[in-house]
Order: sequence, then C-alpha cells, then structure tokens
Amino acid sequence: MTAPSNDIDALLDRARVLVCCGSGGVGKTTTAAALALRAAERGRRVCVLTIDPARRLAQSMGLTELDNTPRAVGDVDGAAGGSLDAMMLDMKRTFDEIVLTHAEPARAQQILTNPFYVSLSSSFAGTQEYMAMEKLGQLNREGRWDLIVVDTPPSRSALDFLDAPQRLGRFLDGRMIRLLLAPAKAGGRAYMKVLSVGMSVFTNVLTKVLGAQALKDLSLFVASLETMFGGFRERAETTYQLLKEPGTSFVVVATPERDALREATYFVERLSAEQMPLAAVVLNRVHRSAAPELSVQRALAGAEALDETGEAPLAAAVLRVHADRLAAAIRDERTAARFAGAHRAVPLVQVAAQAGDVHDLDGLRTIGAELANGPEASAPVA
Amino acid sequence: MTLFPGVKLHVVTGKGGTGKTTVAAALALSLAQAGRQVLLTEAEGRQGIAQLFDTAPLPYEERRVALADGGGSVYALAIDPEAALIEYLEKFYNLRRAGSALKRVGAIDFATTIAPGLRDVLLTGKVMEAATRDRRGGGRLYDAVVLDAPPTGRIARFLNVNAEVAGLARMGPIRQQADSVMNLLRSRQTAVHLVTLLEEMPVQETVDGVAELEAVGLPVGAVLVNMVRAPLLPAGSLDAAAAGRLDGAEISAGLKRAGLEPTDRLVAALAAEAGEHAGRVLLEAREREVLADLGRPRLELPLLADGADTDGLYELAELLTEQGLA
Repeated sequence: MTAPSNDIDALLDRARVLVCCGSGGVGKTTTAAALALRAAERGRRVCVLTIDPARRLAQSMGLTELDNTPRAVGDVDGAAGGSLDAMMLDMKRTFDEIVLTHAEPARAQQILTNPFYVSLSSSFAGTQEYMAMEKLGQLNREGRWDLIVVDTPPSRSALDFLDAPQRLGRFLDGRMIRLLLAPAKAGGRAYMKVLSVGMSVFTNVLTKVLGAQALKDLSLFVASLETMFGGFRERAETTYQLLKEPGTSFVVVATPERDALREATYFVERLSAEQMPLAAVVLNRVHRSAAPELSVQRALAGAEALDETGEAPLAAAVLRVHADRLAAAIRDERTAARFAGAHRAVPLVQVAAQAGDVHDLDGLRTIGAELANGPEASAPVA
Repeated sequence: MTLFPGVKLHVVTGKGGTGKTTVAAALALSLAQAGRQVLLTEAEGRQGIAQLFDTAPLPYEERRVALADGGGSVYALAIDPEAALIEYLEKFYNLRRAGSALKRVGAIDFATTIAPGLRDVLLTGKVMEAATRDRRGGGRLYDAVVLDAPPTGRIARFLNVNAEVAGLARMGPIRQQADSVMNLLRSRQTAVHLVTLLEEMPVQETVDGVAELEAVGLPVGAVLVNMVRAPLLPAGSLDAAAAGRLDGAEISAGLKRAGLEPTDRLVAALAAEAGEHAGRVLLEAREREVLADLGRPRLELPLLADGADTDGLYELAELLTEQGLA
C-alpha cells in the first residue's frame, strides 16, 4: 500500500513542477517544504512557493521578509549540487505587478487606486488561487530552477485553485464586462442608446444599490482593465496549460480523517478527469504503534488488573497509552486501506504523526525521508 | 448559568482542520435545548452541515436538521450569495424580475466576483435578517442563530463588512445594509467564538484572530478547544517520560504483575510510546497557557473516539451546555 521506497525520490529527481493540494490544516505547507528540501539535497535547483506557512517554519526557511521574491534558504546541504529558494506569496503585490506589466504607467495608476481593484485584488476569494498560479507561471518562465514546488491556498475546497485561473479568464472576457464597457467607450449621454434593455436594468439596479459614484468607479475600472484583457486571458491559459504539461505532477495531501479524505477523493477524481498526473496521495499524521503485538484488549485488561491493586501505577498508565495509540493506529490503517482500495492506481504514502509541530530543516528532513522511505520505526499495523 | 446571556448571534470560526463546523453544529444543538428554535447557517458553500447531519445538500431554504430535548429544533441554511442578492432586491426594491434578468446576463456572478466585499455583505446580511426577525416581518422566529463562518485567518475581514464596503459605496442601500450588519455584529447580541486545537499553529492563529477581531471592535466570545485528549500518565512521570528516562525495571515489574511478558523490546516500545504521549501532553500544556493569557472563557471538548457522527454531536452539545456556553 505504501509506495515503493524510491517512488518519491524518482519523482523529485524528474519533475519540473510539483503542486501540493488538499484541504486546510492537513500539513500541505510542511509537505511541500519537505519535498522541496529533499529534492534540493538530492542535487536539484529547487524553488518552493508557499502560501501561508506557520511562523516558525517560515523563519527557519529564512522567510522573514514578505517581498514576493524567492530567497535562498540557508543550511541546505548543497553537496549534491542542488539549492533551495523559498518564497511566500504576496497576493496583492503579484496582482499589482501584472497590472504594471500590462498597462501604461498612467493607466496602471488609475487601476491600482480604483476601489474596485483594491477590493478585488486584496480579497481572498479566488484571487489567491489565481495569483498562486500566476506566480508559478512567472517562476517557471524565469527558468532558474529545475523544480518548482507549489503549496496551494487553503481553499474552502481544494478544487478552487484549478478553476480559478479559468474563472478569472472567463470573467474578464465575459458579457458583463463588455456591457459595462459600452458607456465608457461611447462617452457622455449617448451611451444610453447602445445599451441593451438588460443593461439599463443592470445600471439602474446598481445605481440604486451601490450609488452613482460606485457605478462610475466600476465602469472606469472595467474600462481600464480592458487594455489588459488579452494579457490576462493569455496568462491564465498558459498557466493552465503548464499544469497539463509533462513534468508537472500533483501531490494530494490529506490526513486519515473523514473530511480531509473526502476532499482528497474529489481532487483525485478531478485530476483524473482533467488528465493531470497525480504522483501520490500523502497521508499525514498517521498513528503507528511500536508494539502492535500487544493488543488493545490485553493492554487494557492488564491496566485494569493493576488498577485493582494500585501497585504499579506507572505500568498501568503506560499500558493505557499503548492501548490508545494502538487503537488510533488500527483506525488510521483501516481508513488508509479503505481509501487505497477505492483508488488502486494511486500510490499512497503515509507519514507518521509527529510529536510536535515541524519548524526546522531537520524536522523537514525527517519528513522528507519518511515520504521517500516509509516509516523507520515500524511497519503499519495490520 | 450561561456565559453569554443576551447573545443571539453566535459566530463560530477556527482554523481549517479544527472541527469548526462540528463545533458550530454542537453549539446549535446545545442552544436548542429546552424547546428553543435555533438556526445554523453556513456561508461558504461547502455543504458541511448537510454532511454532518447526514442529509442531502441543503437548498437555500431553512430546513429542520435535528431535534433537541423539550421540543427544540435546529434548522439549517446554506447561504448562497446569489440567492441572497435576488432576495434582497426583491425585498427592498420589488425587483424580483430584474434579479432573474441580471442572473441571465451573468451580472450577479460578476458583481460578487468583482466586489467580494459585496458578497460578504449579502452573506452577513442574510444572517442578520434571520437573527433580527420579529413577529411583524413574517418568517420563522429563532431564539438564536449560529453562523459557521470562514476560517480564523479571514474572520475579521469577513465580519468587518463595513470597511470592505465603505471604499466601494459611500452611500446608498448597500452601505446602509452594511451599517446595520455592523451594528448587530458589534452589539452585545453577538459573540464570535474561536475553535482551536492544542497545537502550535491553530493556537497562534487563534491569538492573531482575537487581536484582529478586537482591533475592529468585534465581540470575542469563547475559545473552544476541540479534540482534547485526556492525559494518561501520572503528572509526576511526564517529564521523565518525555526525556526518555522512565524506569524500565518498574514498567517491567508492573507488566509481569499484570500477567504480561515483559520482553526488553516490549518495555522499550511502551516507554517510547509513553514518551511521545508525554511530549504531546507537555506541548498541550504550553499551548493551554498561551490560550489562558487571552483572558477569554475557555471551553474544552474531547476527541471523539468514533469521529463526529450525530451521536457525537449530541455528546458535544451536552458538554457545551455543562460548561455554560448555552
């Protein structure tokens, strides 16, 4: 059930883009960082793009500045000739940069200060997903790295980031935008004539609900965006294509819990429908027992027997810890087996629950080793 | 005794993976005891409530999903921004037909995409409408409304709709709507509860979330610590266990007494497991202190062995009641 020991290493040695996805709170960022570090120490020039790392993990990778540019991570073992750069996504700044690239300075300024732009570019719905993909495209074009590892935003659904680029592309090319453009283009009062009935209802409602000034801001914003239409759509499309290219692989991250696995299932099915290559499903926080031979029942019976006499409180407690741990391990193993049974074609890689949070490179190395070689301590409980 | 007398709107947030939706549902059940009517709403289109109560996906309609003691009920509503906008247009402008025309040209999708602040006003506006209904207005009257809100990282922004909309609409109905939503959210009728685990990242996000909520004047309620595990080792053995210094001979003798064969391998394996358990308990104690420093009521809910199924929800609801949340 666990992938053959060198599958992950083979992937790290050949992939050009690795996208880690999964629902929030499953250890996506840590998995992405661990894979990137391992690839770097195996000799590749790697860049890892993280979205929202835990503070101490970010610090350990030198991500103290949020400046939207990859920075070299210190203390990476470069003996094999590899290197690791890391960056944290600054969504708004990425968006601003696109505007600055595609519009002349005066127009760009107009866009950047428009209240609708400010709202759109700093809200989290969809924009973050789109900007993560945009940044991936940029990093890829720079051509400085052998491998780019992307951590995806903590979407309400893991699928969001796949759809976001196209949705924004579609949106910018949509009928509404064209309708809204009409007044700005025609100018003055004459524009009323070119409007469809639907449009006048629309402006009517908007004026009522938002107020006339807001409508003006909106039209101006849309008009300014028009200059960048082609650019936007093209970028969204190339990024989407990049996700389909050979060399791009996906890693779905989950934990052995119902919600996380449900999201993982959606993702696995979606990737297969889109013919995007799924390299592995990583199951984080899997419980394991070091002494599976002592069953839950026998451990608990032993603890109870000791409780009666009160003679050996430490041994009784230790037996209870074991029973608890083994029960969790059995549950996780069953969950993993069920998932593996439903997705036979997908390699399932399990990572043991860590005693504490991971916040240094050594912790990442341990996880990386476990991803590649399986658990060192013990085999999963049957 | 209740910790939050007079609170009608309970907003529940939490980092992904902390069980926010489960806790929100348990809170709704707890509030529904003694014959009270409670509405549980979700604002993110995830259909988490339907999955939790094992029902078909919820339409944009208030549906009863659970019964509580004494004739109380929990109704659920998945708020859809599009439907909320059409309802809003109809209610205030008698513009139902315009609403469907707008939908046809994609205007609503457009409006909620280009101005996400507007979408949040619609979502929170619907919650406010449900929480402030009176006899004259029609519609079901609720004793309490629970909102399963966006995660901690986005909560202050999501609730602070005023600021979001102020830049877009300086006057007009949407602005007025945003203002009345803010009035309710900032009032004593609202409490924002934060769900966390005793782990570093969720606790850090909770601390940040509390600061952000306070900064924008939103009323922070309780910190709800979810999935708490009972410490199994005697307190005096924790440090030794975590440092790998448990007395092997003592364990070995105890195992023998319990009728188990204490091989060296088994003793070492059990000590290692105890060590990891102790490490976790000590870490949890540190995180608990961080949460205590927030000076908010702190309630704890156990990790349910069988996961959060419907029986588990009732169990959690009971524990919330016992701890004074409802």
